[in-house]
Amino acid sequence: MPTQTLPLSSLELTRATVKELAELNRRYGWSLSADELSAVQAHFRSESREPTRAEVETIAQTWSEHCKHKTFTSAVRYSDGKKTIRFKNLLKETVFEATQKLKKPWCLSVFRDNAGVVAFDDEWAAAFKVETHNHPCAIEPYGGAATGVGGVIRDVLGVGVGAKPIFGTDVFCLGTPDYAGPLPDDVNHPRRTFSGVVGGVRDYGNRMGIPTVGGAIHFDDDFRFNPLVFCGTVGLMPRWAVEKRVMPGDLIVALGGRTGKDGLHGATFSSAALDDSSSPAAVQIGHAIAEKRVLDVLLRARDQKLYRSVTDCGAGGFSSAVGELAADCGAKVRLENAKLKAADLEAWEIWVSESQERMVLAVPPKNLKALEALCASEDVEWCVLGEFTNTGKLEVSFHGEPVVGLDMDFLHDGLPKKERVAVWSPVSRPSVKKSSGPTDAAKVREALHALIGHWNVCSRAWVIRQYDHEVQGGSVIKALQGTQADGPGDAAVVWPHAATGKLDDYRALAVAHGMNPAYGRIDPYAMAMNAADEALRNLVCVGADISRAAFLDNFCWGNPEDPKVLGGLVRAALGCKDASLAFHVPFISGKDSMYNQYKDAKGESHNIPGTLLISALAPVTDFRKAITMDFKAPNDLLYLLGWTSDELGGSLYAEWLGKPLEGRVPEVEPGSALESMRALSAAIGKGLVSACHDLSEGGLAVAAAEMAFSGELGCSIDLDEVNRSKEVDADEVALFSESPSRFLIEVPADKEKDFLKATRGQPLKKIGTTLANPVLRIISMDGSLLIEEGLDGLKSRWNNRMPAAMGAQFKNGRKP
Amino acid sequence: MKRPTALILRVAGTNCDLETANAFKLAGAQAELTHINAIKSGKTKLLDADILVIPGGFSYGDDVAAGRILANELKGMVRDIKTFIRSGRPVLGICNGFQVLVKMGLLPHNKTEAQNASFTWNDSARFEARWARLRINTHANCLFTKGLPEMIELPVAHAEGKFVVKAPKVLEDLKRTNSVVLRYVNEAGEPAGYPYNPNGSLFNIAAISNPEGNCMGIMPHPERFITRYHHPNWTRQTFHKEGIGLEMFRNAVLHVQN
Repeated sequence: MPTQTLPLSSLELTRATVKELAELNRRYGWSLSADELSAVQAHFRSESREPTRAEVETIAQTWSEHCKHKTFTSAVRYSDGKKTIRFKNLLKETVFEATQKLKKPWCLSVFRDNAGVVAFDDEWAAAFKVETHNHPCAIEPYGGAATGVGGVIRDVLGVGVGAKPIFGTDVFCLGTPDYAGPLPDDVNHPRRTFSGVVGGVRDYGNRMGIPTVGGAIHFDDDFRFNPLVFCGTVGLMPRWAVEKRVMPGDLIVALGGRTGKDGLHGATFSSAALDDSSSPAAVQIGHAIAEKRVLDVLLRARDQKLYRSVTDCGAGGFSSAVGELAADCGAKVRLENAKLKAADLEAWEIWVSESQERMVLAVPPKNLKALEALCASEDVEWCVLGEFTNTGKLEVSFHGEPVVGLDMDFLHDGLPKKERVAVWSPVSRPSVKKSSGPTDAAKVREALHALIGHWNVCSRAWVIRQYDHEVQGGSVIKALQGTQADGPGDAAVVWPHAATGKLDDYRALAVAHGMNPAYGRIDPYAMAMNAADEALRNLVCVGADISRAAFLDNFCWGNPEDPKVLGGLVRAALGCKDASLAFHVPFISGKDSMYNQYKDAKGESHNIPGTLLISALAPVTDFRKAITMDFKAPNDLLYLLGWTSDELGGSLYAEWLGKPLEGRVPEVEPGSALESMRALSAAIGKGLVSACHDLSEGGLAVAAAEMAFSGELGCSIDLDEVNRSKEVDADEVALFSESPSRFLIEVPADKEKDFLKATRGQPLKKIGTTLANPVLRIISMDGSLLIEEGLDGLKSRWNNRMPAAMGAQFKNGRKP
Repeated sequence: MKRPTALILRVAGTNCDLETANAFKLAGAQAELTHINAIKSGKTKLLDADILVIPGGFSYGDDVAAGRILANELKGMVRDIKTFIRSGRPVLGICNGFQVLVKMGLLPHNKTEAQNASFTWNDSARFEARWARLRINTHANCLFTKGLPEMIELPVAHAEGKFVVKAPKVLEDLKRTNSVVLRYVNEAGEPAGYPYNPNGSLFNIAAISNPEGNCMGIMPHPERFITRYHHPNWTRQTFHKEGIGLEMFRNAVLHVQN
């Protein structure tokens, strides 16, 4: 029999001094601020009683940065030297405001449930969520990534009354795997982090039978202390299942895994900086098969309408899940009913444990028997934790002893609000441009070799092939494309009806990402605009309908209490809002992760570069018309859509020159970009394009090389034909500039006329042709042959970087 | 004509059940997803089905070794399964299902019905998902591959796919009885090393059957190639009207109907 919860009365929280409060906070790992501690103290003073430990734990979890997003929802005073903006609620007045203004009727549930939900067709809806699991992955990469995947799958299971996960995406920001600089003892080498997080995603995703179809990886050594791991899941649900509601009298049923001591304080730990005392015990332990059982039972119970509402046990465990479901009514919980992994859990531990694979349901009492039978038939454990009430109170007891008696109002709205200060100081940047004169062909070749094998360009096949990306039978445009199925696809297309069995319905979903922290180092606003542009470009490349695209945001920043760090965050949020409104693409859900910061032994803080990931989901009207990025035939025409400017700021070329912070960062003009994208989409829909690839890191040179070696066909490109602004007077700029909203397009000669008709009025220029000869031939602006490179050499540089560093060894030390 | 019933066995960790059911539906069968508990409790009778399938996935997480726990569990109903096989009805183990059939000792066929082969870790020492070129043994008596072109492609996705045998005789018997159904090959149709042979399987074995040809274990996933749009290169090819994997399911259905 577990011992009775230790009341805090011996600690006399209501009478503690400010200093004593801070000491309690530190000792118990609550991660509450001084303001919050005094609000808690004031609350219990007004009730003339001491809180129990479980109560303070409940408050700490509920108010944590992780659960409450208090930075993003707080009031902010932002100034950039010229103007000052005051936000009452940063999220509501930026990202969310854009969504409200766009008022898309196909947005079925946005920013209010565990995932965003959009209509897919008359009968079905798609739910999408991307979560971060950064702090756990820094400490325990494999377990952190695995439970990151498990958690986002449960988000999708717990949206509305449940969606069936049909595919996953995974995005990482990591130090370079061959990093050779110094590292503190308590920090994992980036190579270890990389193989750990890939392994975690692989083993959880593959076991769940959910294909990991897409993603992105950005390498930068400033992520070596704090890697970023974004796990996404898309689910399919009948449209009737989008709404959920709890009725007083419904039973609180916990289903799935048992509750243990693993993952205590995950939410609060994720809301603090890491240092050498951060403990792996805060990282949960995942068990994919337990979750697969839960999935199998839950979706069957949903279709039998056995419950009215559901949510997952994530951060904060039962305390958050029950607290959320009961927010509008109240709940009575008897913790002794919980199924435990070990008998020695204290009440507060049961209440806040983040043990995985648990869902909480609101079950009408008359359905309990049917649910019980279903669970028995699938070997899933369950228990009745208590019932929902109409008291507006959260009442938790343990063997008859009350352990929590909190007002819902205080729990959910008692968090003290304060205005935060954000500052942005623009820096003028010199141009990266070289001095004029003839191009040094040897230098261009050297740059091309470096960029094609750069960590941020090279093949991701080593990762992708470890993920089962075809289970469920819906992956119709895969991440790896081309003759050898190894070219870098822009977006994945998944056919949801492979899961519903309606096999004559060819509507599909495309998913893609946009992210480049290198731009954010210069200007987070531009980073946001470029991320939106890139995500949409990628969708356009496979033939998706971007008029129905939806965005998800993931903000990962350092310590927001530093006004400069927060200034960057505000700029990125403003960029999201402007991009959303201009592209007419709403954000449907999002997540932020703060305090991605490491304090070294000397007490020095290392913040990550502020990073925004935009994930995009869009329908493909008929996936049989989708296309891939590999060149299809020799002697086809190559068109470049978009305008090239001297925009090398944050580019790979600038980094190669050793000037990563110089130059103008790519500037998006969303109005014209959207027009171009629409015209290109129409041309693809008419079957006039045989391959299309967007220009991103490495610019035109990298895009052309990738299309060529993926299709095993050469190409010849004349740089003088590139549509460009006057300042682009050097071959290197035309080749390596990362100006946004550009596409390289292969058009068969016999379709040229129709293609030009479909894209009339767009900044489009014929710049070359495909060749049977497997070479990349570039003609200089002065008309001379600049370079002619064999594709095999380029491809092997591109292919070999990652496996070489990750030691793709064979068992028994031999190749079979 | 009667739609034969294909019983698709589910346990914790099965995850290719829906697409396998879809394949059987397209092929003209009635697909029944059946949890092993329903068979153990007697609610569903194994022998009422016309076709038995152990689909892909990670049964019980592949804890201990791939397919090991489910193989032990199925030994509790091994008499019914043997009766099923002896009656000539189609039995198909895909990926994890193949691992289970081998670990039960049902494949490769041998008189003692003791386990005489196994699957071990891929030579690459990691999970790999890729498409493989396969050559069908045209002399094989296998009902699933009847009439298929000699060279086909199917995806593989596994970590423990390297087929090994306990003694050389096991392989000799497989060859002698024409029970090796599919082998991993290169573009020229010749057995070749990695990545053509994605796991380092002995004799490049991808699928085997019993000598009668009605019980097949196959590591690649035919259920993942039932439309031409499943092929990784469909945007540059026109050769397939539909996925070649579907033919295997059709053959099973036709076998029952005839």
